[in-house]
Amino acid sequence: MKALLSILVAVILYELLARSGWFAAALVPTLPTIARTLWGMLGDGSMERHALNTLARVFAGLAAAALTGLVLGFLMARYRAVERFFSPLVSALMPIPSLAWAPVFILWFGLGNVATVLIVFYAATFPMLINTWTGARAVNTLWLRAARSMGARGPALFWKVVVPGASPFIITGLRLAFQRAWIAVVGAEMLAASAFGLGWVIFDAKEFLNADVMLSSLVVIGAIGLAFERLVFGSLERATVLRWGMVRAGRT
Amino acid sequence: MQDAVTTMIPVGEVPDRPQARDGLRLVLRNVFPFLVVGAIWEIVAWAGVFPRRLFPTLEEVASTFVQLTVAGILPHHAIDTVIRLLSGFALAAIIGVTIGVLMGRSRRAEDICLPLVSICAPIPGLAYAPLFLLWFGLGDSGSIVLVGFVALFPVVLNTWTGVKAVKEIWLRAAQTMGADDRRLFRHVILPGAAPYILTGLRLGLAQAWRILVAVEMLAAVPWGLGWLIFGAREFLNTDAMLAGIAMIGILGLALENLVFRPIERYTVVRWGMIAA
Repeated sequence: MKALLSILVAVILYELLARSGWFAAALVPTLPTIARTLWGMLGDGSMERHALNTLARVFAGLAAAALTGLVLGFLMARYRAVERFFSPLVSALMPIPSLAWAPVFILWFGLGNVATVLIVFYAATFPMLINTWTGARAVNTLWLRAARSMGARGPALFWKVVVPGASPFIITGLRLAFQRAWIAVVGAEMLAASAFGLGWVIFDAKEFLNADVMLSSLVVIGAIGLAFERLVFGSLERATVLRWGMVRAGRT
Repeated sequence: MQDAVTTMIPVGEVPDRPQARDGLRLVLRNVFPFLVVGAIWEIVAWAGVFPRRLFPTLEEVASTFVQLTVAGILPHHAIDTVIRLLSGFALAAIIGVTIGVLMGRSRRAEDICLPLVSICAPIPGLAYAPLFLLWFGLGDSGSIVLVGFVALFPVVLNTWTGVKAVKEIWLRAAQTMGADDRRLFRHVILPGAAPYILTGLRLGLAQAWRILVAVEMLAAVPWGLGWLIFGAREFLNTDAMLAGIAMIGILGLALENLVFRPIERYTVVRWGMIAA
């Protein structure tokens, strides 16, 4: 209720600002204009097409990143040699923002999907990797010993003890990876996409001073991000970590 | 919002690996992976999988790096980037901590700010970029405001969480012992919330760093590492691009190791809020 009130106040302030005429109407469109543009773009299917393109890119990059992060993370936690080889590389590459690679990837692979997906992949891999690695190392040694003394070996130990034990970290890693990927995809599309994509729309609209198009894409980007955060990761957490009793409910 | 939660995930005891006694062996062990990757890079470059112009050998990248550094071009780009980063971040730190503390202490401020913050925070910072560039202009003002805006959210959310996480019993104890509001704030709330605030600042700076490079590519600033990389694309100067990326990596590592580790050591660890 109070939340609604505060949003309402912000909305009214914005509307007053837009109508006051202090700024050019092209730069600060009124809310009805934005709503009409959004409705129009949803109506002719162009917004859906942009959103689907963006989502496809995010998922391609995220899937590759999750796979790489999980496999490498578990290997690094399990084998000292793997850890020694990869951890210096990870700490050297991690501080480089994925978007810094954008021009290089564009030169190598051209404008378009390959460069975009690679940028997303680079952004999402590290949180996944670091969290899996930390999580697998943080599994309580007592559990490992207990499972071993009860005769668990190899695969059973891994699937029944290590994976559930590391799962809170892994889910957090996946969440962070999605956030990073979502940021990266918007930037990557601005720089590297040739056509279609929410980031591309925003950037393209800048050329024509279509602030209403920019703001409506912003709304869609925010809505999709929020929906994933709440619905997908929330239910993923309930289905795995909470059911296995790794963290208590009500914390998030 | 997630940033705050992440820091609260219960961390189990991560077993410390035994430190290598021999310093030289440690160095070699850390250098070895880079040698392997470097060798693979060289092989790919010499084999001509990509045109040489697009995939230069490491010697070329290194010599470009040295040339640009000696000519003062690379340092100039780097300094401009760092100044932009720090001014945006300072904006975010001052405003963010203030809003966060207000939200933690006053119910009304929380009611007003929380819904707005939770709506704006999940939108990727770069999505705002063209809008901010339209409103604040190309160049420095637009990019600094944008970087500050993006770094603001982790700072606000973590400060708010931290202030709320200060134990009630400490507050009451201090109040019984006659602490007034100002001393309560300086000696109880601030140290109590410090680990969260620092986490927020750290996340904010990291976020600002990730965004800034891209913003420089979009905002047409005259100097800056992002611009160096993006501009080099026009002339197919892949070696200059890679030299710029190397510089970005070095700056990122320096930020982490020279700025945040010491701050953490001097404040939070010394106050005994977290284990060293």
